[in-house]
Amino acid sequence: MKIKIFYFARLKETLKFSTEDLELPDETLTILKLKALLAQRSDTWQEMLMGKLKVRGAINHELVDDLATIQDGDEVAFFPPVTGG
Amino acid sequence: MTVRVQTQDFDVGFEINHLRVSRPDVGAVVSFVGQVRDLNDGNTIATLTLEHYPGMTEKSLETIVSQAKSRWNIMDATIIHRVGTLQPLDQIVLVAVSSAHRNEAFSACEFMMDYLKTEAPFWKKEATAEGEQWLEAKETDETARKRWEK
Repeated sequence: MKIKIFYFARLKETLKFSTEDLELPDETLTILKLKALLAQRSDTWQEMLMGKLKVRGAINHELVDDLATIQDGDEVAFFPPVTGG
Repeated sequence: MTVRVQTQDFDVGFEINHLRVSRPDVGAVVSFVGQVRDLNDGNTIATLTLEHYPGMTEKSLETIVSQAKSRWNIMDATIIHRVGTLQPLDQIVLVAVSSAHRNEAFSACEFMMDYLKTEAPFWKKEATAEGEQWLEAKETDETARKRWEK
């Protein structure tokens, strides 16, 4: 399956990635599984996605928890806790 | 419902009138305006830069207004949030609500601000004499939102 991922704020800056397209095997993919997969890229990715930053995930513009399932064609986003207002 | 994410400033008087004028059924308009402070956790702020997630931000603000509408008997609401680089004294955010009586508008306005602070995808980065840093989310904002779950 193909998905699009966006990164924001500290994640975007530290990982030096704002967006990417990924092609993955067609198996059940949760937000947590995707984070673990991306975390394998390097220590920085591990620290940003699985560390103490409490990264939040969104699928198709909706905030979701770690167990949410990602489908083919989904737009996924990872970002730190929000600080607007 | 009006929801806007923009770099330019907004006119609070104009926005309040928009909710009130030619609506004789409106008896109350409550508004909250957020402004950039010159001091945060002891640091003197030169500028504050706001990043957001285009598409999700608007959707999330619309959901917040809809939730407030289903919870209180309010007539209309406006949320305007600025993004980009701002300076102390600049307005950042406006939340305004109209209703027949003040209690509903007061509660809905607080509810919307509490959810905006904890769910809408905005991030602040402050620039001080020492450099730039991303702001940390505050536990107190999360606590403020949770009181509405009861």
